[in-house]
Amino acid sequence: MVTLKIDGRKVTVRKLSTILDAARKLDIPIPTLCHHPELSPYGGCRLCLVEIEGIAKPAASCTTFAKEGMIVNTSSPYLEKLRRTNLELILSDHPNECMLCERSGDCKLQELAYFYGLRENRFKGEIRVYSKKDNNPFVTRDMEKCILCGQCVRICDEIQGVGAIDFAYRGLNTRVSPPFEKDLNCEFCGQCVAVCPTGALTGKMWAHKGRQNFKEVETICPYCGCGCNITLYVRRNEIIRISSNEETINEGWLCAKGRFGYGFVNSPERLTKPLIRIAPKENSIFNVKQTNPPLPPFTKVGRGGINNAALFKEVTWEEAFQYVSKRLKEIKENYGPDAIGGLASARCTNEENYLFQKFMRVVIGTNNVDHCARY
Amino acid sequence: MTNSIPEIENHDVIFVIGSNTTETHPIIGLKMKKAVKRGAELIVADPRKIDLVRFSTLWLQHRPGTDVALLNSIMHVILKKDLIDKKFIDSRTEGFESFKESLSEYTPEQGERITGVPKETIIKAALLYGNAVRPGIYYTMGITQHSHGTENVYSIANLALMTGNLGRECTGVNPLRGQNNVQGATDMGCVPDFYPGYQKVNIPGIKEKFEMAWLPWGASLSSNTGLTATEMSGAAMNGSIKAMYIMGENPVLSDPDMKHTINALKKLDFLIVQDIFLTETAELADVILPAACFAEKDGTFTNTERRVQRVRKAVEPPGEAKEDSYIIIELAKRLGYEMKYNVIEDVLQEARKLWPALAGIDYGRISKAGLQWPCPTLDHPGTPYLFKGGFPRGKASFTKVEYRPSEELPDAKYPFLLSTGRQLFQYHTGSMTRKIDAINKVSPFAYIEINPEDADRLGIDDGDLINVSSRRGSVKIKVMISERPLKGTVFIPFHFKEAPANILTSRKLDPISKIPELKVCAVKIEPIKLK
Repeated sequence: MVTLKIDGRKVTVRKLSTILDAARKLDIPIPTLCHHPELSPYGGCRLCLVEIEGIAKPAASCTTFAKEGMIVNTSSPYLEKLRRTNLELILSDHPNECMLCERSGDCKLQELAYFYGLRENRFKGEIRVYSKKDNNPFVTRDMEKCILCGQCVRICDEIQGVGAIDFAYRGLNTRVSPPFEKDLNCEFCGQCVAVCPTGALTGKMWAHKGRQNFKEVETICPYCGCGCNITLYVRRNEIIRISSNEETINEGWLCAKGRFGYGFVNSPERLTKPLIRIAPKENSIFNVKQTNPPLPPFTKVGRGGINNAALFKEVTWEEAFQYVSKRLKEIKENYGPDAIGGLASARCTNEENYLFQKFMRVVIGTNNVDHCARY
Repeated sequence: MTNSIPEIENHDVIFVIGSNTTETHPIIGLKMKKAVKRGAELIVADPRKIDLVRFSTLWLQHRPGTDVALLNSIMHVILKKDLIDKKFIDSRTEGFESFKESLSEYTPEQGERITGVPKETIIKAALLYGNAVRPGIYYTMGITQHSHGTENVYSIANLALMTGNLGRECTGVNPLRGQNNVQGATDMGCVPDFYPGYQKVNIPGIKEKFEMAWLPWGASLSSNTGLTATEMSGAAMNGSIKAMYIMGENPVLSDPDMKHTINALKKLDFLIVQDIFLTETAELADVILPAACFAEKDGTFTNTERRVQRVRKAVEPPGEAKEDSYIIIELAKRLGYEMKYNVIEDVLQEARKLWPALAGIDYGRISKAGLQWPCPTLDHPGTPYLFKGGFPRGKASFTKVEYRPSEELPDAKYPFLLSTGRQLFQYHTGSMTRKIDAINKVSPFAYIEINPEDADRLGIDDGDLINVSSRRGSVKIKVMISERPLKGTVFIPFHFKEAPANILTSRKLDPISKIPELKVCAVKIEPIKLK
């Protein structure tokens, strides 16, 4: 452990902690754009500069280890001037497109420009222009907005272990790119999108779905058993985005399904009314004898509902409940409760599963209840 | 899982067997990669060269279905090198002496003969695991979906017990559950032999306890053991089951031998399907009840590490779709049983009263972060890892397990061994993911993974359409030539209804758990000749 003094306050941190770690422990705000606590230190944005007693020049706090007895100052007119200039340099070739940018309101760069009151830019010069290659369905890459903080590169390599992107070229031409400047072709976990501090990387399906007036709902991912915590952004009864915060068991990381796989909720193919079969099962489109393998088309389901009116008719809930209870009663009376079986669902909640087995055991009177734990 | 997800990064050895973790449990996969980065040694035993192999110290490419032989020979070496934990064996287990004898013939040489893994690799794996301080074993359906799946699991338990690697932080045996709430559905008693909380239906006293709670006026619950899902389709076929109520499941695509499943469901007098989409199973229903999805209701899910977490309603269900709980309660009412709950939390309250391990969990406590059961009291912090200081049954017993081959192995007529499984982008039978355009763009169609040598021999190319047949049926499917499968084995993901892998799979069950042998069946491959 080492003890140091930051802005006159003592703090003790583990060996190999940086000054930034120590300052965060004291909840001292130091601006950063390239730092991420789970990634290796980078020292790219130069916003986290601090003054250290006995060292002539300001040092980047994210790459400087805390040492015993260090005396650190995180804020002074001089430091703020340096930070402001660095930010101005970062913004000098940034397209000021905040009006249309998907990240507006959720952009670290925008927020810093706001705090430092940067309207004019003394360093306006060459602007980088990129041709977009964005046929992938998940990630929009507006590389003009990239500030080369490298978080996406590091996360893809250090956390995801994929390395789908890296820096290419040098100087003003430097850009983050997949191999040979092709389109992104990776696991599409979207970790890069989650950490991007600007509008350079955004979710393709976020586009024009709204940046304001949404509510955030904390819930659990509906896919595998990891149980990742997710935040749903909901606007006008539609999920418009999913994110995950860092203080969760999944540390904010998600996979392609968890981050981008929410479109089924608002699918036009959702069932919206109870249905009762009107055609005999043998006449079903789905006839195994004729088609082995039963290749498509299975029943075609159209936009806005089911157009297999030949098989099912829409009924009210009351009709459906009466029909189901009448038939279940008949079968129970004629063949006994053990002639009825129930399959519950690993996709449903604990409460629903509890009710389902209680229904089978108490209302029907059988232990014939199971679910897909074996598949 | 006996451990928890946050513990993964602190293992010093991770032994993954029969789990394609980075694709089926991507976030647990990330934790394993993190552990490797922090210095852990990763042993992967898998017939396929899964992505996790890139991060491994050792890769054991054993033939599908030979897990017992592999594990027994690893244990043989551990015993021989005296890497067993005698203190643990003496104080916390029973039956080691006779179990020990059963390992004698599983020499690394014998292991190599059966599994195809070089004996040196078997020895290395044994030394790595045997010398580890905080090792974790991880498995999924690659271990369980066999006609000897239970024996595979016994073998894993034997390995952990003889090395004393259970009941400590970052040390344990971790089956990864494949679905968001498969743990919870089992916890809540949606299994034929258990009431909620793993309380056996046929142990005297337990039935009475549930009768008191559910039927206080003195009626009784059934004393017959129920049927498992796999048994139900057989019972439907032979007519002993006449009606089924299926909530949020799609057995037509997920169960083995699809033709049999369809015929069985068609034979029912009455089939109720309650789902969010018109699944392939719903197409066979007499009544379809439209349900609400995860974002349209409140409740809890329990993840693979036993963590009960809060699910919250974010949007309204479409049209007249209703929450599953509403539908069940309404049906019960019409069948003469009143289920009285004011809010959905009352259901969990009732479960808590009947299952002590859940007694300390309510919505208030899990509003920010979930809690792991056992959590017996309201001030209990939850249990990150199981079996600290002892096993619930007293002493854990060793089980002698002999290797026995899978039921349907390749032969002259059906020369390839087929395994089925998942891939990263799609989920289960695709009823959710395949409705999403973006996902369909990166994972548009079914494919069969074939080893390049086999493809060469058959004269087939990447992208060719071929016929794959087993004794039960055949599918047309695209070829993906890949270094992943072992020579002589092929792999098909089961997400795609256009080429359903489960037309091919066999209904051979494990005699104890009744799990189907989805990881091993025999198929033949025929190129489709252009006329």
